[in-house]
This record gives sequence, structure tokens and C-alpha cells, in this order.
Amino acid sequence: MKYAFSFLAVIALVLIAWLGSQIPGMPYLFGVALPYLAIMIFLGGCVYKVVQWAKSPVPFPIQTTCGQGKSLDFIKHDRLEAPFTTAEVVARMFLEIVTFRSLFRNTKSEIHEGPHITYESSKWLWVFALIFHYSFLSIVVRHMRLFLDPVPAWIGWWEFIDGIFEVGAPTWYMSDVGLVAGCLLLFSRRLITRHVRYISLMNDYFPLVLIFAVAVTGILMRFVLRTDIDIVNIKQLTVGLVSLSPTIGAKIGSIFYIHVFLVCILLAYFPFSKLMHFAGVFLSPTRNLKNNSRAVRHLNPWNPKITPHSYAGYEDEFREFMVDAGIPVEKELSPAKDEK
Amino acid sequence: MEWMDIPVVFKSGNYAYPAKKEKVEYLNSQSGLSFPNAREWSPEDDDWKLQDGWQDIIIRGLKERLDKFRSLKIFMDCCVRCGACADKCHFFLGTGDPKNMPVLRAELLRSVYRNEFTLAGKILGKMAGAREMTAAVLKEWFMYSYQCTECRRCSVFCPYGIDTAEVTMMLRELLHLVGVGINWILEPASNSNRTGNHMGLQPHTFKDNVEFLVDDVENLTGIRPNISFNRKGAEVLFITPSADVFAEPGLYTAMGYLILFEAIGLDYTWSTYASEGGNFGLFTNNETMKKLNAKMYAEAKRLGVKYIIGGECGHMWRVVHQYMDTMNGPADFLEVPKSPITGTVFSNAASSKMVHISEFTADLIKNGKLKLDKSRNSHVKATFHDSCNTSRAMGLLDEPRYILDHVVDWVEMPENTIREQTFCCGSGTGLNTDEIMELRMRSGLPRANAVKYVQEKHGVNMLSCVCAIDRATLTSLMNYWNPGVGVCGLSELVANALVQEGETRGELDEGLRTML
Repeated sequence: MKYAFSFLAVIALVLIAWLGSQIPGMPYLFGVALPYLAIMIFLGGCVYKVVQWAKSPVPFPIQTTCGQGKSLDFIKHDRLEAPFTTAEVVARMFLEIVTFRSLFRNTKSEIHEGPHITYESSKWLWVFALIFHYSFLSIVVRHMRLFLDPVPAWIGWWEFIDGIFEVGAPTWYMSDVGLVAGCLLLFSRRLITRHVRYISLMNDYFPLVLIFAVAVTGILMRFVLRTDIDIVNIKQLTVGLVSLSPTIGAKIGSIFYIHVFLVCILLAYFPFSKLMHFAGVFLSPTRNLKNNSRAVRHLNPWNPKITPHSYAGYEDEFREFMVDAGIPVEKELSPAKDEK
Repeated sequence: MEWMDIPVVFKSGNYAYPAKKEKVEYLNSQSGLSFPNAREWSPEDDDWKLQDGWQDIIIRGLKERLDKFRSLKIFMDCCVRCGACADKCHFFLGTGDPKNMPVLRAELLRSVYRNEFTLAGKILGKMAGAREMTAAVLKEWFMYSYQCTECRRCSVFCPYGIDTAEVTMMLRELLHLVGVGINWILEPASNSNRTGNHMGLQPHTFKDNVEFLVDDVENLTGIRPNISFNRKGAEVLFITPSADVFAEPGLYTAMGYLILFEAIGLDYTWSTYASEGGNFGLFTNNETMKKLNAKMYAEAKRLGVKYIIGGECGHMWRVVHQYMDTMNGPADFLEVPKSPITGTVFSNAASSKMVHISEFTADLIKNGKLKLDKSRNSHVKATFHDSCNTSRAMGLLDEPRYILDHVVDWVEMPENTIREQTFCCGSGTGLNTDEIMELRMRSGLPRANAVKYVQEKHGVNMLSCVCAIDRATLTSLMNYWNPGVGVCGLSELVANALVQEGETRGELDEGLRTML
């Protein structure tokens, strides 16, 4: 019951924040100390991880070509799928990161009687992933409003577009709906698709439940539990956090501390989990290398000194046979003793 | 039930035989190579006779490899277990064994990695998907690293490009550190080292074999190809998998090379010392791969050729394209390949100085240097199998197709089974050994099934390819799943269609396969 455990863990976290923030003096811990700690762990952890990865060399050009490589002039080169130049690699990576191009290719294979295998396009994972990640991005961008003073105009435009359907009051953002839906869809997929359930670990369910809880507490704060939520106070606190002079003004409701605490947990958990795929995708050698390994020499910093079984050793072993067969040799056979 | 709790069971037919003691000892005696713990052992025994402290050897070996390969580190950390790779693997589709999902194959190693090298794994243990390195884990590694042909199809679909081939290669390297390897890889590797080719053909035998083919070509076409061995000063060194000069249907591909080179008057030589294109080191470890590959440049240098042309082979070309120049270059004693017939400079091989026969042939056809009569292949209705390595490691997709268009009537297999999405023959990376025939027929099912489709729909009777392992293994696969479909190399079809000056060709109803 890996997913059940994930729920229990998140419920426990909610209780900690809810009860903890009621204790006098504790709001400072939940509103100031933990956010600082979490951000430090997040930034430090991410940098540490990326540096750790980058310290290992890429000894060989092992790109996965997914299209025609550059060769003869009359053969059409697939510049995006078998990039030969840095610009082409950048284009490939851009499409991968922005449009999840590899997932777009996804097919579903099934074996029927016969045996007979069918392949059909399956874009569900691609759709779910896009909904989830773009909603997440949009929400992060909108939250910048809280940390920046004055708020840059483009964040206002972003919010306007995110809420353009003007459903409900206050307006529902598409990204709020998207993130909750994304979590539910990805979570359900893990439960329902048999092979995905089999491979899923606690550390696959936990972040989904955690992000779901972050989204739900955020939505509750905006639409339901609005009493005690003084946006001016919150903005004062968040801007204070950024300018390193945090103050907690009048009383802020527990739901805020629960939301912030869950975000802190997410930030601190991030660098030590699979969520680091956000950085790893840039460093994946099969995608970010050029397919020009015969045209330009790629260097391996630890290339070991290993020589082949020498030709001389080979000829020494087989010289007699080679001479008999008329194969050229470097050293002729030494004349037999009785011929001397 | 958790996958971690399901032990592997070895029984006759589901594992390849362990390497013979003397082969391991021979390899271990070679400078630069390390193959410790040579012994007699059987996977069916409980006790694998591992050396004392073998767990530490594995963990140290893993640490060393994490520091040497960024790919390994990234692939250990970034998988989100989305499952996109799962049903892309021919071993999974063919066997239905969940541990053959690429993600889980990587988890076999990742679980130990977590336990030793991650904070979460150390604190949370099994909850975070971590587990101890035990003999049961080692046995599982052995089972599943030899149920992966490193074809990289999963890598095409992975959103992070995680390449299970890299993981499998590491698993195999780690297993060799404790003396766990299979004979069908280590014997060819030791043969390649000693005799120059994996078949173990000694120089005179290699020459005899090629000369038999020369005789056959003369009998069939009236023209005797002019050949030479180890000839200094030739313009080109030609290297092809030794299987091409040893067994059907590769023999016909080799006859194809002979006819083509004779027709254009290429100044080239064969080498008995570098008489193997295939590199069984790739299936073993980096050091062995480098050592075996080094012969190509060493021989090119000794003979003083200008550049190298490579025959039809999959793994050979993965090594040539992605590793050779890095491992054994710079090949500054060679010249940038330039076709002596068309004057085309192969700038895509400017550094490695090695051209693929299909690139070379396609250029000849484009420049009108070959007189081709497609009707000579009228007995053939072909389809084309992209080899995993030439497609996903090189991007050699359209050159063979361009050649096919000019020499034979052919059709494509369904789109999800060709080009970069091609399916492996199911027996690559040294798994084409007969003791695991059932496994091979299962893992080859996706490939065979796509051929069956075009066989039934278009009457295809020939599966063409540019890989020697394919020629060997697809033959068994077709015999089992799709009787009536032959297997051939591309050069065989080229030679069938090639009209030569002065030839006295009779009616070759079956092309080069016509019985004399």
C-alpha cells in the first residue's frame, strides 16, 4: 500500500502544520524559519546534485539518433533527430523540454491471438504530463506576485490569460484546475495501468500526493477559508522573506501555514528525489550530444592505455601458415637448422 | 507481490552457458584486461563460487563507473517510472516477464545504487526502493542483463533519453568483475583477440574461405574478383564481420562485396589480422571493446592504406561510429575518405576515416557508376530490417533504402517497427547461442510479426538488412515464425543486379544463390 502510505504521510504533515502553527510563537517557525531552511536545502541540493552529475565526464558520444544522420548530400538529413551542430542540438533539446517530444511518440503495444502484435498511438501520458507541468509552471509564475514589489506587468498579463475564462468569483485559474487534474490523472494512471502500478515506488506516489495537497490548500485559501487570510499581511511577509527582513503582522489563518509548510517539504524533498529530472533532462548524454562522432573527434578524459594484441605477436604465432598460404609477412621464416 | 521479492530460477533453456574457465583465463592474461575468478560453475547451482568480498568488489566497481560515466549517474537518478519504455522492449513483449520492462531492468541496478549512494535509500531502505547487494540480486542481474540486447529502442521513447543499453553494459561489466560471464561472448572475444576474428579462423583459413567465394563468383559470373590479403600500399582496407566469409547467408553478402569492388576496380585489401568487424568487447566491457577495436587502426597504419571501408554489421558500426575515434584515434595517419570512383569526399567520416559500405554504394549509384538491372532480382520481393545500431546509434536509415530502390522491388514493414523504431532481431549482443533458442524466438517475435504482416500482405520473401548478427539470427527467426522468408545482406542484392562488363552470366534464377 505504497500510495496509502503516501496519503498518511501527507496527512501527518498537514496536522503538524495545523497544530504547530496554533502554538504561540510558532508562526515564526512555520512562516519564516522553515521557508528559509527549505529554500536553502532546495537551492543547495539542486546545485550539489547538478555539480555531482557534471563531475562525471561523458566519455563517449552515445546520442540516440531518432532520424537520418548527416551523410551524403542527396540524403535528407533529419536535423532535429540526428543533430550534427550545436544549434541543431539546442533545437532538439528545446522541443524535448518544451513539448515533451519523446512522449509524443509514445505507442501502446498489444499482443493478440496468433500471436499478432498491434501498435497504436498513445498520447495520454503526453497530455497528462503537459497539463501537469504547464499548470505547475503557471502557478509558480503567478506566485512571483507575492515576492516582487512592484509586481512586473508581465505577471499581470500571465494571470489575465490564466484566468481568461472568468469562471466563478474570484476567478478560477486554468492552472489551478490543471494542477489538481494533472495530479489526479497521473496518480490514477499509476493505479490503473497494470505495468505502471508494478514499477511504482513510494517515491512515485508521495510527490504526487504532496503536490496535490499543496494545490488543494492553495485553492481552499483562495476560495473557501478566506477568513483570517489577509492578503496584505501575507504579501508583507513574503516580500519580507525576499528582502531578508521578514515580519509577521496580524494573525494569519492556519491554512496558510499548512500550505507553506507543504511547499517547504516539497522544496526540501526535491533535490533528493526523482523530481530532479527537471535538471537531469538537460544533461542526458543520449539527447544533448551531437551525432557527428565520425566527423569530429570526441575526447575521453580517462581513456585507458590499452593496445591490441600486436601484429608481431599474431605473425609469430601464425607465420608458418601465412607463408604457406602466400600471405605477406613482416619477418620471413628462419631457415631450418639443417639448411644452414 | 513486489518485484524485489520474486527470485529468479535458472533452468535449462533460460540461461546462456557460463564462460569456459580457459577462455576467462586467456582473456585475463591479456595486457589491459581483467577477467578474474576463472572457474567451473553453473547458474543452476546455489553456490556460484564467487570470490571472498565479492559484494565490495561490485560496490567499488559501481562507484568507479558512476565517476566515469555521467550517463550512468543521470540514468540512476532521473527516472520517474512513467512506464513509457515498458512495452517498447522486444524482450518484454515476447516473454511477458515484467522484469524485462526496461525501467525495471534499470531498477535492478538502481535499487542497489540507492542503498549505497543515496541519502533516501540509506535512511528509508526498501521503502525508497533500496536493497542490499545479495547473491539473489547478483543472480537476477545475470538473468536480466542477458535478456537485453542493448538495442536502445526504449531510449527513443524515454522523455529523458534514458538508455537501458548503458545500464545493461554496466551490469555486465560489474558481473565480469566477479567472474560471471557467458561463453558465447567471452569465447568469441578471446578468438577475436588471438586470431583476429570471432570465429577463430587462422590466417590461412580466412584466406581460403574468401578464395572459395572468389571461385563461386567466377563460376556464377565468369569474372574472377581480384583479391589480396595484408597487402601494403592498398588504397583501402576493407573490414567486415567474419561471419560474412564463414556461413550462409552472410557468404552471399561477402560475394556481393567482391563483385562490387571488382566492378569498380577498387584498390583494396582484406586483412587476416583485422579480420573481424563485429566487436564482442562491446558486450563485455570497455577495456575489451577498446582492445579488439584497436586492431582496425593498427592494421590500417601498418598497411599504409588511405582509409577504411566497413562492411554490413550492426554493433561493429556502433563501435566505429560512437567509440573508435575516441578510444583509438586520432587516426591522423589516414586520409579523409574519398571515393576513387566518384570523387565524393565523405566529410561525415572526416575524423574516423571509416565509411559504411552503404554510404559508399549509395554514392556510386547516385553518380551513375553502377549499371544495375533490377529485373535480375525479380525472384525477390524484399523488405528492409533496420539494425538497431546502424539506425539508433548512427542514423543510417535512408542510404540502404536508396540502394534498395535501385536494385530490387521492396516494401516497408509497418511504421512503428522500422527506422528509429525498429525492433531488434532478439539475439544481438552475443545472445545468438542455441541453448537459449526459445528465449530468442520469443524476443524476436515483434520483428518476426512485422515481417509476417508484409509477407501476407505483399508476398515478401526476403528480409534484407545491413547487419551480420541479423543475417545469422533472423534466419532462425524466420524459419520459426515465417517460413518462406529468406534473409540477405544488402550487398547481395546489389551484386545480383549489377551488370558487369565482360560477364558470362547465365540465367541466375536465384541470384548468387543459384545452385551451380
